[in-house]
Amino acid sequence: MYNKKLNLVLLGLALIAPFILYPVFLMKVLCFALFACAFNLLLGFAGLLSFGHAVFLGSGAYVTGYVMVTYGLTPELGILAGVVMSALIGLIYGKLAVRREGIYFAMVTLALAQLAFFFFLQSPFTGGEDGLQGIPRGNLFGLIDLTDNLTMYYFVLAVFIIGFLTIYRTVHSPFGQVMKAIRENEPRAISLGYKVNQYKLMAFVLSATLAGLAGSTKALVFQLASLTDVHWFMSGEVVLMTLLGGMGTIWGPVIGAATIVSMQNFLASGPLANYIHVLMGVVFVICVLAFRNGLVGELQKVIRKNSS
Amino acid sequence: MNQDLIIETRGLVKEFKGFTAVDDVNLKIERGTIHALIGPNGAGKTTVFNLLTKFLTPTRGKLLYNGQDITGKDSASIALMGVVRSFQISAVFPHLTVLENVRVALQQKRNDGFAFWRSEKILDELNDRALDLLDSVGLREFSKALAVDLPYGRKRSLEIATTLALDPELLLLDEPTQGMGHEDISVVAELIKEVGKNRTILMVEHNLNVVSDLSDTITVLQRGAILTEGNYETVSADPRVREAYMGVQEDEQEGEGASGHIPVVEDTI
Repeated sequence: MYNKKLNLVLLGLALIAPFILYPVFLMKVLCFALFACAFNLLLGFAGLLSFGHAVFLGSGAYVTGYVMVTYGLTPELGILAGVVMSALIGLIYGKLAVRREGIYFAMVTLALAQLAFFFFLQSPFTGGEDGLQGIPRGNLFGLIDLTDNLTMYYFVLAVFIIGFLTIYRTVHSPFGQVMKAIRENEPRAISLGYKVNQYKLMAFVLSATLAGLAGSTKALVFQLASLTDVHWFMSGEVVLMTLLGGMGTIWGPVIGAATIVSMQNFLASGPLANYIHVLMGVVFVICVLAFRNGLVGELQKVIRKNSS
Repeated sequence: MNQDLIIETRGLVKEFKGFTAVDDVNLKIERGTIHALIGPNGAGKTTVFNLLTKFLTPTRGKLLYNGQDITGKDSASIALMGVVRSFQISAVFPHLTVLENVRVALQQKRNDGFAFWRSEKILDELNDRALDLLDSVGLREFSKALAVDLPYGRKRSLEIATTLALDPELLLLDEPTQGMGHEDISVVAELIKEVGKNRTILMVEHNLNVVSDLSDTITVLQRGAILTEGNYETVSADPRVREAYMGVQEDEQEGEGASGHIPVVEDTI
């Protein structure tokens, strides 16, 4: 009950937010929040640390951008194309990566992501260093013009909510139960007859698909798909967002993403612009040393302590 | 003739880089018995377990389960066929509730493990069965607690309840009483006896009181090979066992002082 009320309040806030804050900033927050939530599905609930998640964000962005520019598709079809591509890459990369565990899993994902990075750098259709520019936002279902930032905001909010609810349901599903069991004790899950690699692959593909959704939407928001999206910096940033907010919590990645994106936006125009990465590094170190459960994780701990 | 053998190994060998951990083991487990695997540390007991459940792949030899060759199967498939193991250190899912621990095992048979679009509420219909299982190991009142918060002995009970949820034909218990106090040991021993009434159990166990009390057949391993086999009287009368097992047993206790069980060796063998 308490949660339902809270969710309604949050939804209300999200609906009036663009009248208070700059819509493009909010859309950026939502895209990264979805990206971090997708990443958290894998790290926080399946216990798999991927160090190459940017590749799914980036391929979603590039493919959506490409089909929008070249074929002039409607945005929902453009997003669909990007998401399908991310899912396919997720399937191939996942098949290779889930054969390894722990640090080796992380290294395999990083290596595969680097491979994709150089592919996007060299391919003619991506525009190389310049990226894909001037991606049209188009008319949603051929009806609603998304050029206006306010309209676009509500579209992005809807996409975010769909993605977020998908993740929520996945975590609280029969599949989610098995996924958590594997995270908690993999040999035991095997001894109960679960073919853990298949479950890990499923989690990987779901995570990649939703990361692709975030990337495709982001490409429409900024009308740009660039190498930043596939760079390993991006893979690192999503780890930071998730850990800062609290991995394995539903809202943690959202809070983490909002914090990091706000920091970047505020600092970029201030006197500390050149020190953004230093400051983020400091934040990361403080987070890992002082509150390992992340902002939301620590908050939950306090609430639990008070209620018991 | 194979009908009454639930599991059989033929010439089972496991080598690790020049070291033979398991050397030509021909193990025959009869259906419906409680079979104990004993031997000094490093004798290869846990390795045999790992081979039987394919957590390790044998270098040579065959595994037969109900007369069927299972050497090429993977661990999960073997578990699905009815051979379920426990682990030396307690194997629970720490941050799931006690109820969820058991339910994950029950869920295995439902074939909806990949249903990520359905609500976990559909699993609630397993709760009654899960609570019954928890009842049978005396954990019902803890069903909502996180497994990580249970004391050690209860974790082992939870592990047994989880294993039973799969209704296995053959239970492999790896040192079920390890690290337990006296009271916990008798509780778990009772539990094993109860469970063993309608299924086969193979256990690795250090506590000789438990072994003598529960097992129908005992196999003694030494340096990876079977030293002798038989019921408790036969095995304990064997001079080689007295020499090999007990000689090392005393050394072992000095090294393992903290493990908690110091059986009076003269009394038990």
